[in-house]
Amino acid sequence: MLDSTPAALHTGATPLLQTIGLTKRYGDFLANENLDIEIWPQQIHALLGENGAGKSTLVKTVYGLIQPSDGEMRWLGEKMVLSGPSEARARGIGMVFQHFSLFDNLTVAENVALGLAGKESFKDMSARLEQVSNVYGLPLDPRREVWQLSVGERQRIEIVRALMQNPKFLILDEPTAVLTPQEADQLFVVLERLKAEGRAILYISHKLEEVKRLCDTATILRGGKKVSTCNPRAETAASLARMMVGADIKQVKAPASRQTTVPRLVVNDLGLEPDDPHGVRLEHISFELKGGEILGIAGVAGNGQDELFAALSGERLAKDPGTVVIEGIAAGHLSITKRRKLGAAFVPEERLGHGTAPRMKLSENALLTGHAASGMVQHGFVNTAATLKTVDRATEAFDVRKAKRDPEAASLSGGNLQKFIVGREILRNPAVLVVSQPTWGVDAGAAAVIRQALLDLAAAGAAVLVTSQDLDELAEIADRIAVMFHGHLSEPLKTADASREKLGLLMGGSSLEPTEAAHAVGA
Amino acid sequence: MELIEAIILAVLAASTPLLLAATGELVTERAGVLNLGVEGMMIVGAACGFGGAWLTGSIIIGALCGIVAGTLLSLVFALMTLGLAVNQVATGLALTILGIGLSGLIGAGFVGERITPAPHLHLPVLTDIPLVGRILFGEDAFVYLSLALVVAVWLFLYRTRAGLVLRAVGDNHVSAHALGYPVLKIRMFAVMFGGACAGLAGAYLPLAYTPFFIPGMTAGRGWIALALVVFASWRPGRLVVGAYLFGAVTILQLHAQGWGVGIPSQFMSALPYLATVIVLVLISRARTGGSTAPAALGTVFVPDR
Repeated sequence: MLDSTPAALHTGATPLLQTIGLTKRYGDFLANENLDIEIWPQQIHALLGENGAGKSTLVKTVYGLIQPSDGEMRWLGEKMVLSGPSEARARGIGMVFQHFSLFDNLTVAENVALGLAGKESFKDMSARLEQVSNVYGLPLDPRREVWQLSVGERQRIEIVRALMQNPKFLILDEPTAVLTPQEADQLFVVLERLKAEGRAILYISHKLEEVKRLCDTATILRGGKKVSTCNPRAETAASLARMMVGADIKQVKAPASRQTTVPRLVVNDLGLEPDDPHGVRLEHISFELKGGEILGIAGVAGNGQDELFAALSGERLAKDPGTVVIEGIAAGHLSITKRRKLGAAFVPEERLGHGTAPRMKLSENALLTGHAASGMVQHGFVNTAATLKTVDRATEAFDVRKAKRDPEAASLSGGNLQKFIVGREILRNPAVLVVSQPTWGVDAGAAAVIRQALLDLAAAGAAVLVTSQDLDELAEIADRIAVMFHGHLSEPLKTADASREKLGLLMGGSSLEPTEAAHAVGA
Repeated sequence: MELIEAIILAVLAASTPLLLAATGELVTERAGVLNLGVEGMMIVGAACGFGGAWLTGSIIIGALCGIVAGTLLSLVFALMTLGLAVNQVATGLALTILGIGLSGLIGAGFVGERITPAPHLHLPVLTDIPLVGRILFGEDAFVYLSLALVVAVWLFLYRTRAGLVLRAVGDNHVSAHALGYPVLKIRMFAVMFGGACAGLAGAYLPLAYTPFFIPGMTAGRGWIALALVVFASWRPGRLVVGAYLFGAVTILQLHAQGWGVGIPSQFMSALPYLATVIVLVLISRARTGGSTAPAALGTVFVPDR
């Protein structure tokens, strides 16, 4: 019904929410500039844009968390000024945050209560919580504390909390970023139902296929300005991406054929106890990674990927040296530095604080991982010229954009810092590269550069292990994909055989055996 | 028998300031603020409390002076750490040093003076019951007040919406802000409550414990109260047990010296801290998940606008 351009369809009626010339200024910086957006009932409206395009600022303004510098918002045609989120909620605006706004040490019911106005008794509220969660098929146990719950369950709390306010307008900020494909499908069913009930939804995502499937309208922001409002179903993923970035995104090119050589990273029956109460125990992890090959590890965050990274990098030592073999040498008991000297390099998930020291200069950060093997230290003294040269080389090879030659790590944008970190490691010519979430929160242009660099590194003979939650990314660069679930690693599947459905089942903890067996019998 | 009764009475009296100060600090820390200035707020409370009582002759006015003094000092802390987002540990330590100096200045005129200490409850028949009578029904008002305060704080934290919001702010201030709760305002009230309790705890010393003021008379009780909050793993119920345990250690130490037991008094004085370290180790070993300390404890929050 609503597939055509909404403006044409609704002439004469008033939109649910309208922003007119909405502007938010931080000093000289315009986070939002002159935004005119209309949200209609019974519409799923996508908000697209790169990191820093102003999506969060817009959403926070609509939810009353920040005040606009200029322009106005209209709610059902009347001017709306919000002094805080509780006023937004009172009007019927609900929000599901990307980084959940939950309290780990409180129970589900307490978390929900905190998001409501608090007029009903805790007992009535709990009863209503159970009712709402049943009606929408979002099961929750109100008495459990949040830290015990999976990411999917946590998101359910957020959604149920928003629904309990019976919102007319619901904002979802990247809701599927942390879900398995199956969980995402369940979410879409709920969203379609909310739409059918006459509610409006503003849906932020950068999974373009998802937006094409679910959304009726899309508004695209770039650099704080509105680029266009369009019907995503009439566009292609590539045309949407072009509007977001403002230029064509370089296609990542896999070399026509790659030669696999000797095994360079072998993991034999690796097990590791968790070192903190929220951690995951690794059990019986085995795989073999040859030179020239990229192995992808998929899985929902928090299933042992961090622990596996720590065991491979040497941040945590294995009991048996033979469980991790780098370049044919048992390395399970070796320190990080010794593993680097064997030719391994590591790029952790967290850029600031793990990958780099935020308040240190790039040259100093180059020294932090390069000191063992690149001549940056002579007789105990730091060779500053050599560290600066590494920064320059990484800058040039990976197009790192920065304000001066050697700024603090924290001053770079996410994408540029990630390019620097990947560049820093790749310039060391590693035999084995272990990289975790290489393009998480990185703009599309930088992501393409990084993925291409990983492909080129493998083509040059290195073994590359990529952990990612982004299945499209793994499909694009990996030769084989394995799935991590509850500390276990599945058998790697060839990328060509690894359909989203299969990977989704593995990510949810199901085994593929029965269907595979059925195929075998059928054949 | 009389000796046991005397010891228990002494333990109750020695524990009450610890319990009062720790209850206040517990609420402050549950909101995510670590105020290490308890010792400073206590000693200023002691000086002002004694001054008020000596000038007016009223214990109640003295106690109120102590509360107001502790609250005012905690507002300095709130201004620094909440308003200006200064590091909480450094500010708390500075507050203690400031308090010690300030109390010497305020109290200089009162040193050597005496007041009539706070009267003890006396109920006919009940107070005269042998052994338990004086312990249960013959205390001064502060002892009963401190216990009522713990119950009130427990009810507040776990049975009211405001208490839930306070715990939420201490668990995750970013989320609390995103939901529209005024994090800094809630924290300011928590800090003020902590200051009021510390001031009252300090005033208890010259108003009921010893009827005169001497500089430095808190003698580290503020630090013990801080340790006590950790010992109680931020739960009001355990705070009572801990306070009486720490009070008992203090009294035992005095008696042990009197009896000539060969344990160095320094060791006994260190016991509360040692016990806290052991409890911390036990907590971290025994916990199965979740954190016992408020997750946002000691972290600075600056809302973006």
